[in-house]
Amino acid sequence: MGMAAAESQFHVLAVDDSVIDRKLIERLLKTSSYQVTTVDSGSKALQFLGLYEEEGDQQTNPPQTPCVSPTNNHHQEVEVNLVITDYCMPGMTGYDLLKKIKESSSLRNIPVVIMSSENVPSRISRCLEEGAEEFFLKPVRLSDLNRLKPHIMKTKIKGQQNLEKLEEESEETQFQSPPPTLPLQEQQQLQQPPQSQPQQQQQEQQTPSNNKRKAMEEGLSPDRTRPRYNGIATLV
Amino acid sequence: MDTVTQLQRQLVDYTNSLFLEGFLNEQFNQLQQLQDESNPDFVVEVVSLFFQDSERLLNELAKILEQKNIDFKKVDAHVHQLKGSSSSIGAQRVQRVCIAFRNSCEEKNIEGCQKCLQHVKYEYTHVKNKLETLFKLEQQVLAAGGTIPMY
Repeated sequence: MGMAAAESQFHVLAVDDSVIDRKLIERLLKTSSYQVTTVDSGSKALQFLGLYEEEGDQQTNPPQTPCVSPTNNHHQEVEVNLVITDYCMPGMTGYDLLKKIKESSSLRNIPVVIMSSENVPSRISRCLEEGAEEFFLKPVRLSDLNRLKPHIMKTKIKGQQNLEKLEEESEETQFQSPPPTLPLQEQQQLQQPPQSQPQQQQQEQQTPSNNKRKAMEEGLSPDRTRPRYNGIATLV
Repeated sequence: MDTVTQLQRQLVDYTNSLFLEGFLNEQFNQLQQLQDESNPDFVVEVVSLFFQDSERLLNELAKILEQKNIDFKKVDAHVHQLKGSSSSIGAQRVQRVCIAFRNSCEEKNIEGCQKCLQHVKYEYTHVKNKLETLFKLEQQVLAAGGTIPMY
């Protein structure tokens, strides 16, 4: 499918206060064919995402590409497809950053992954409940990054799927009334994905059924203590 | 045995010894796997950052532990960083001492912390020497016209 070639277009924002870990995550992401931007703090991450008004003006942040995310009302110059952030950082923690992203109407659809050197089940739960897609235990490995693909692809594929579905429906039922006028983003939110989704078959790895969603619905489960999480992204 | 093969054998043996003796662990292999023609110096670059960062942290720790009223939270924060970075490059012994160091911090055990600082300095210096030797051997192989063997 053509989407595989589109991997190189995906842009990941990596946040970590450790210079060593930034270098590492950058190399891991580039090896996996993502475009990468690294920043050393949560506040710089928010600035990059366009959430904070910069002191002065936008000239201090020269646009990387002319592409502006269609979901964004703010001054975000570069589209970010995923944020991966360290948990323990001075000032704004990764959890604080996650919250701010999920509370923002323009940014909340961006998948967020948390990394931590410490395997603390309550920490993992908290992050997942706040909307993190995955929780990686450090040091992060190349094999971990394979789990990013589903979350990044989902936002792109979902849009495509909706378009295809609408086209099918209009062909089959000879659509009389105009198609729904909801913006695409909201359509994605209304359609809860079924368990076995077509796009899962395209992935290299088998992702197990939504452990994460189960955990959220049923409360704490034994799976919670596993440091590495595989779950279906929930678009909030 | 020609020079290149001899040097390569030396390099492989030396590297293996570092793993066997617990100076390095699997994470170091992960770093090596990220190195390629487009990033031929990746391992050296990351390790150099580790050296710089560690020396900064060790100096800070020495300062803090010299004071009358020790800020254990600060000590812990620095040790946490050192633990993280040593873990990221696979410097196993340093990482392990950091774990013990954090326990001393939690207990607010001054003597324990000072001992741990000495211990971590020792392990850091040790692994630094080992890695510098490793890099020198790699350079020798390359200079002799050989390639670095995949471990």
